[in-house]
Amino acid sequence: MRTWPNGLALHCERRVSVKVIGVCVFSLNKNTSLTTIAMWRKLLSSVPAFRAPKAPCRSFKSSSRRAEKDFNKDLEAQFRAFREKAAAAMPGSDWSPFELTPGLPPERADVVIVGGGVVGWAIAYWLKRKERVRDGLRVLVVEKDPTYSQASTVLSCGGIRQQFSLEENIHLSMTSADFLKNINNHLWVVNEEPVDLQFNHSGYLFLASEKSAHIMEENYLTQRHAGAKVALLSPSRLKERFPWINTDGVALASLGLENEGWFDPWSLLNALRRKAVSMGVYQCFGEVTGFRYSSNVAEITDGDFVDVKRIKYVNVQMPNSLEYQPVESAVVVNAAGANSGKIAAMLGIGLGPEESISGIPFPVEPRKRFVYVVHCPDGPGLDTPFLIDSSGVYCRREGLGGNYLTGMSPEETEEPDVSNLDVDYEFFQEKVWPRLANRIPAFEQLKVSSAWAGFYDYNTFDQNGIVGLHPLVPNMYFATGFSGHGLQQSPAVGLAVAELILDGGYKTVNLSAFDLKRIFLREPMLERNIV
Amino acid sequence: MAASLLSHGMRRCSAHTCAAAVAVRRGLSSAAPPSVFIRLLLKLNRYFYDVEHIVGWNEWARTKLVRSKNTFFGYAQQRFGDNIGAAYYILTLRGSFRFAGQTEWFRPDSRGRFSYDFMSTPDAQIEEVDLSGTIINHNGLDNLVKQNKLQSLSLRGCPEVDDWFLARLHVFGESLVELDVSHCPCVTVGGLAALQNLRKLQRLDISGLSRLQSPGLVRILLEEMLPHCQVTGAEYEQGLIQPDTREPTEEDHEASANTGVRHL
Repeated sequence: MRTWPNGLALHCERRVSVKVIGVCVFSLNKNTSLTTIAMWRKLLSSVPAFRAPKAPCRSFKSSSRRAEKDFNKDLEAQFRAFREKAAAAMPGSDWSPFELTPGLPPERADVVIVGGGVVGWAIAYWLKRKERVRDGLRVLVVEKDPTYSQASTVLSCGGIRQQFSLEENIHLSMTSADFLKNINNHLWVVNEEPVDLQFNHSGYLFLASEKSAHIMEENYLTQRHAGAKVALLSPSRLKERFPWINTDGVALASLGLENEGWFDPWSLLNALRRKAVSMGVYQCFGEVTGFRYSSNVAEITDGDFVDVKRIKYVNVQMPNSLEYQPVESAVVVNAAGANSGKIAAMLGIGLGPEESISGIPFPVEPRKRFVYVVHCPDGPGLDTPFLIDSSGVYCRREGLGGNYLTGMSPEETEEPDVSNLDVDYEFFQEKVWPRLANRIPAFEQLKVSSAWAGFYDYNTFDQNGIVGLHPLVPNMYFATGFSGHGLQQSPAVGLAVAELILDGGYKTVNLSAFDLKRIFLREPMLERNIV
Repeated sequence: MAASLLSHGMRRCSAHTCAAAVAVRRGLSSAAPPSVFIRLLLKLNRYFYDVEHIVGWNEWARTKLVRSKNTFFGYAQQRFGDNIGAAYYILTLRGSFRFAGQTEWFRPDSRGRFSYDFMSTPDAQIEEVDLSGTIINHNGLDNLVKQNKLQSLSLRGCPEVDDWFLARLHVFGESLVELDVSHCPCVTVGGLAALQNLRKLQRLDISGLSRLQSPGLVRILLEEMLPHCQVTGAEYEQGLIQPDTREPTEEDHEASANTGVRHL
């Protein structure tokens, strides 16, 4: 080494060793980097002037310490800002040099589910459950309203029953009840609380008048054959069991013993959504405003020509904006509930010539139904089942404070206007209350606390669900039209549609009776009792 | 040596993971902050599929015992009859029972072993069952549904008994006289409402049900629902907001006696 003055030589030696140390432990230890910086600073400031050497191991304890500290803090702040910018520019962060609209759906998805209600999310969950390869299926659920303010799911009374007359309905309901029984085995997510549906197991009680008692007996046989636990009660047994009922005009009653009751639909929706999102389902809040499809002409057996449309892109429009994203998709599922008819009309279903198959519109339309919350302090107690009277009035207990939910399906000719969700209290005064007070005398004195209205996805053809493919649109599956039973059948319908899409046929519950062809063949599958 | 060290490490790691996953499921709902290991595990669970699978396996393993204890003992029922099948099931779960017409109870010892004397009376139906502290759930009840002379059932402190279990008890509606569901953490009001099908019930114990927010009100409603039943385990003033200003009055057996209770 050349003969430098002593101090600089010392610094030079020190410089080499410090450089090595600095490189090795850079940015792992703040103190070390401070020391390094201090050392560099010392070095830089010492080069122009041949200062008296300070002992290197004590160089960070200099006299001008405060100025040093401020400078170091600034430098640290600048390093931190630099590191943040670098991290943002790296892949994995959501910064991009172009302005992107937040919440856009992906450009491509395998299955697009139109409608984010309980049926849509159940289908998404089961599709992800059944995919055999991780990320083998990209599922997108498109929901118009993030607040769910008009969605039928959350406005429903939340009841589940097996007392139907069609075997398929009973099986759907029983499968759904089994799903709800084991809901934490299905829908538990790590680090989240277990699902609590607040299920009340009070059962349903149907009352039949003289002329419909034979229908109730036939239904009872069907239900027992299908495995539902139901009991028939004569009027005297009914009076003994529920003394608060007025049994005039009741010929027979049917009480559900197991797997029947009501629960919180919002909890089920959120549980399904949380689990599906954790499994990789994409969620988009936007409205489906149109489709891009390719058309082919097909000849049907009686010589007519129809347009068969295959959906290529689903146009999803962002909320409060004109911007839309065309999502390229293989399969589209219409689970839009009350708006399913609108979605079907976007594909020209029902807009063709009247005599042909494309002229038959999709028979699902929204129907408004009212639910009134009443308070009656002398009303029936904890054993109140979900009572459904022969006149159509229904009533169930809500909580423990003497509140009840009640309502009635209006006549066909008196359907309320569906342009809004305003409640008609006159309907309660004139139609619901007299019948309710007739059946339960304690309800002669009550007070209406509040009310709300919701839409049924009403199937005008036969008031039962429509599940399957449309002949004119070979890649759109329908899962709608449940006319008030969508919530209680949703887990099973989700499984059935997932099986239909992935396996090509039904495995657990056979819903071929709910296929769309019954609409074209004009063979309705009517249920004997509907609320 | 490296392999054995690795496997030893993995086993210890998996033991930690077992403990962690158990704590993940149950402990996170408690107020105590999770330990560093659990937090690390959850963070890794977000990033690595392997860790996600391990946590999933542990969840499966944890519930495996419950599932295997609650299967339907079909062979026993088919070969020896319903009564012996049910008796065998109860003893396997470490419960105890008494046949109708006999006074002695059949119990397993502290290590779960039991004698097979019950097999000598295949026609004797079971009258009293004590399943306290067992892991029976609604699936396991399949083994007992044929016992239509069952008079007394004790489910004290069963962690898997929930509302769906209580809803299935309607099969004993003609015979059950005494039911004890105290200290079952999963039972709520919705399940107690299902007890309306047990018309012969005379004694019901609902003490220590943590998910009831107003036990006094629930007691009143149960007494109204089952007029011949004596409900124990909840005082009338439990659940009232201001117990010091209000005298604990004798509430009458109406649902209207709830003016003092504001939260439910």
